[in-house]
Amino acid sequence: MWIYEKKLEYPVRVDTCDPALAALILEQFGGPDGELSAGIRYLSQRWTMPTDQAKGILTDIGTEELAHWEIIGTLVWRLVKDAPIDKIKGTPFAAHFANHGRSPFPHDAAGVPWTAAFINSKDDPVTDLTEDMAAEQKARTTYEHLIKLSDDPGVIDTLRFLREREVVHFQRFGETLRIVEDFQNTKKFY
Amino acid sequence: MHNEQLAILKELMEVGFCTIEMALFLDTHPSDERGVGLHNSYAARYKELSETYNMKYGPLTSNDLSKCPWEFINGPWPWEIEYINCCI
Ligand SMILES: [Fe+2]
Repeated sequence: MWIYEKKLEYPVRVDTCDPALAALILEQFGGPDGELSAGIRYLSQRWTMPTDQAKGILTDIGTEELAHWEIIGTLVWRLVKDAPIDKIKGTPFAAHFANHGRSPFPHDAAGVPWTAAFINSKDDPVTDLTEDMAAEQKARTTYEHLIKLSDDPGVIDTLRFLREREVVHFQRFGETLRIVEDFQNTKKFY
Repeated sequence: MHNEQLAILKELMEVGFCTIEMALFLDTHPSDERGVGLHNSYAARYKELSETYNMKYGPLTSNDLSKCPWEFINGPWPWEIEYINCCI
């Protein structure tokens, strides 16, 4: 089960009011390589993992991704919460505002809604962990794109933290893949 | 949020992050004795800090102790806190 802790994983700082940037950051709230995809992907894959290390890492990284999803929602909210309607009109955030107002909603930067079709769970641990490693690299690339697109020093600071976490997760999934392959190889000789 | 409360909360966030990072490392290196030792020292500090926070400022989770009225719902919620007001 899960229990909510009343804290963020990272002290989010936002220095400006920037609805256009908020629209871009939504990529990681509901896009294919965003935090929601990551969390649901890893947590869905746990049942068919053959080793305890793999069950553990998917549980812990999947849980951390949900904390990242909360961080992204906080960035989006802080970027728009004080925006007068005139600062929203004519920006890419206006299309989001038409449906959702200032509430974060899981779609990508272009407005495509989140779908489970972004992820997979194949009942094959090597396939799943290989997908997970690719997912971490895709998320890292997306964060690098977002950092280039951002002019807000506070937002950049938080995006850098999230980018760094993708690097760590990639490393851990790589170690898990090796553990699972070793396990499968030893099983063949029984 | 007052400075003293924010200072404890930020230290809690810091130590909490260290336990997350150690947990991920230990998931794939479960026999690393130094890692387990480090994790346990962060976990002990986290317990200490969260007990202090809970006593002074109320629950961080819904299974912490609360005075009446129920304090878990008291703001600011995590996404509303201005973390930079703090002097640490
Ligand atoms: Fe990740």
